[in-house]
Amino acid sequence: MAEYKGILVCGELADGKLASITTELLGCGRKLANELKENLSCLLASDAVGGAPKEAIAFGADKVYAVEHPALKEYQADSYMQVVGKLVKDISPRVILIGQTSMGRDLAPRLAFRLGASVTTDCLDLRIDPGTKLLVQTRPVYGGNAQAVFTSESMPQMVTVRTKAMSPLERDASRKGEVIPTKIDIDTSKVRTKILETVKEEAVGIKLEDAPVIVSGGRGMGGPQPFQTILKALADLLHGAVGASRPPADNGWVPEGLHIGLTGKIVAPDIYIAIAISGASQHTAGCSGSKHIIAINKDPEANIFREAEFGVVGKYEEVVPALTNKLKELLAG
Amino acid sequence: MGLEILVCIKQVPHPDHFSEIRLDVGSGHIIREGVPAIINPLDRNALEEGLRVKERFSGKVTVISMGPPQAQKALEEALAMGADRGILLCDVAFAGADTLATANTLFYAVRKLGKFDLIYCGNETVDSGTAQVGPQLAELLDIPQVSGVQEVAFVDEKTLEVRRALEHGYMKVRLKLPALLCVTRGINRPRLPTVQSIMEVAQKEMIIWKAKDIGAPPESIGLKGSPTCAAGVYEHKVGRRREIMQGSTEEQVQRTVARLKELGAI
Repeated sequence: MAEYKGILVCGELADGKLASITTELLGCGRKLANELKENLSCLLASDAVGGAPKEAIAFGADKVYAVEHPALKEYQADSYMQVVGKLVKDISPRVILIGQTSMGRDLAPRLAFRLGASVTTDCLDLRIDPGTKLLVQTRPVYGGNAQAVFTSESMPQMVTVRTKAMSPLERDASRKGEVIPTKIDIDTSKVRTKILETVKEEAVGIKLEDAPVIVSGGRGMGGPQPFQTILKALADLLHGAVGASRPPADNGWVPEGLHIGLTGKIVAPDIYIAIAISGASQHTAGCSGSKHIIAINKDPEANIFREAEFGVVGKYEEVVPALTNKLKELLAG
Repeated sequence: MGLEILVCIKQVPHPDHFSEIRLDVGSGHIIREGVPAIINPLDRNALEEGLRVKERFSGKVTVISMGPPQAQKALEEALAMGADRGILLCDVAFAGADTLATANTLFYAVRKLGKFDLIYCGNETVDSGTAQVGPQLAELLDIPQVSGVQEVAFVDEKTLEVRRALEHGYMKVRLKLPALLCVTRGINRPRLPTVQSIMEVAQKEMIIWKAKDIGAPPESIGLKGSPTCAAGVYEHKVGRRREIMQGSTEEQVQRTVARLKELGAI
């Protein structure tokens, strides 16, 4: 049996640049690699990788495998699998880190299957057991009501990691590393899906996933209007974005893209302000990774107060406009 | 023509009752007594898609689930929604399966059932949410698969154009049948059973298979076939500093502003 060594990050590009999830995986991978005293590698596969390999080194990689092929312009399982499968066979890493992204969610289970390995998806915490050198993997289950810890009996040990769960290293352009241009043949006859078009939907204002502050409304908002007025005014003031729990999305008060929760988006801003949201676990599963949660709800028994570090018991129609005005006054100095 | 359609479903605890799920700290087992069970929400979307395809092209919709005896309830509900046949894979030998062992079990059952033109799965479940079984089953069957499916259009009887959700937009993908699709919430609104359709359930076929019935090798299923090792399940403790304010709006606003300042929001 081959010796499994080192950490491999399956990198992603976004608009031709190193994606932020990849910098986060590199930050986490660096830590694990140091604990193991082994190497951190990163795979970047695209039609053109540009300056991304150098960036990956600046963010912590020791080695970057750069694979360029026209069939890799956009992610497709059938073409990417050939590249990742071949590289993993060649370098036999001990641990493979993949982002919990639309690409990673698709790639990871297939890769695991082909390698006969297990994969733990959506991990929030990873560490190395100093005794066994195994990767100890923590992920939420039951909508975040419980956390499960896993190890894998099979090699390589594969995980996908939730966006923003890990911190990137400080970018250091003087870091040394090796870019290895790698030629991998892709059998395009095995690519059974054909991409017809890729459409980017630009959110107006700050994207929910990138917003440092999210002002989110629930069923208690009563209709679409307050999202566009009361919540938006507060969000704009805090340079944040407006979100919602499931009922407003179900009722068509807000677009589905604003739906935060188990079946919607999972966000982790610095500050999450939950307004008139009861805090069903459906919803808290999508925001429990936030650094700070502030809740405003008229029901002192609302479940959201269990999750929040700071809660205001009151009617949002009174509290939120007053809060916005006070903040405006302050900012006007 | 008639299409053979398979829909994979899972019975899960009702998400509104997740907070009632208790953990036996000693054994790490999950106690979900009294927690109502439902069909995983996205699996209902998967079934709805299957039923619509059948209505358009004619064919047969089979629903399949691996689970304990009570999972038959979920299959009966699927039959009441309009599926033609239910298959329950139920055996202690299946217990403790991770996603790989689950995909294996489904694979052996599918092999026994024969050819399918379309297999639908929900994109993920609400309880464990790994989103792995669909892609892994497709790997085993060696058929094309797309995750995050928001829309399906038939170009002709053998060709699909599907819309796949991406982080900031979507992708349109063309593929040929047979194929496996993992669907998302927005794809449709699942129908409700009617009185008539509920009454028809008793006449429909329900098959219960054990491991030996599908010829699944013992080492590829259940706990034995699972490379994932659960080291423990813990209750999620929220370690947040808690302060709940009642009182006058003015006072509340002042304190909230102070907290936002402290957190660096302004």
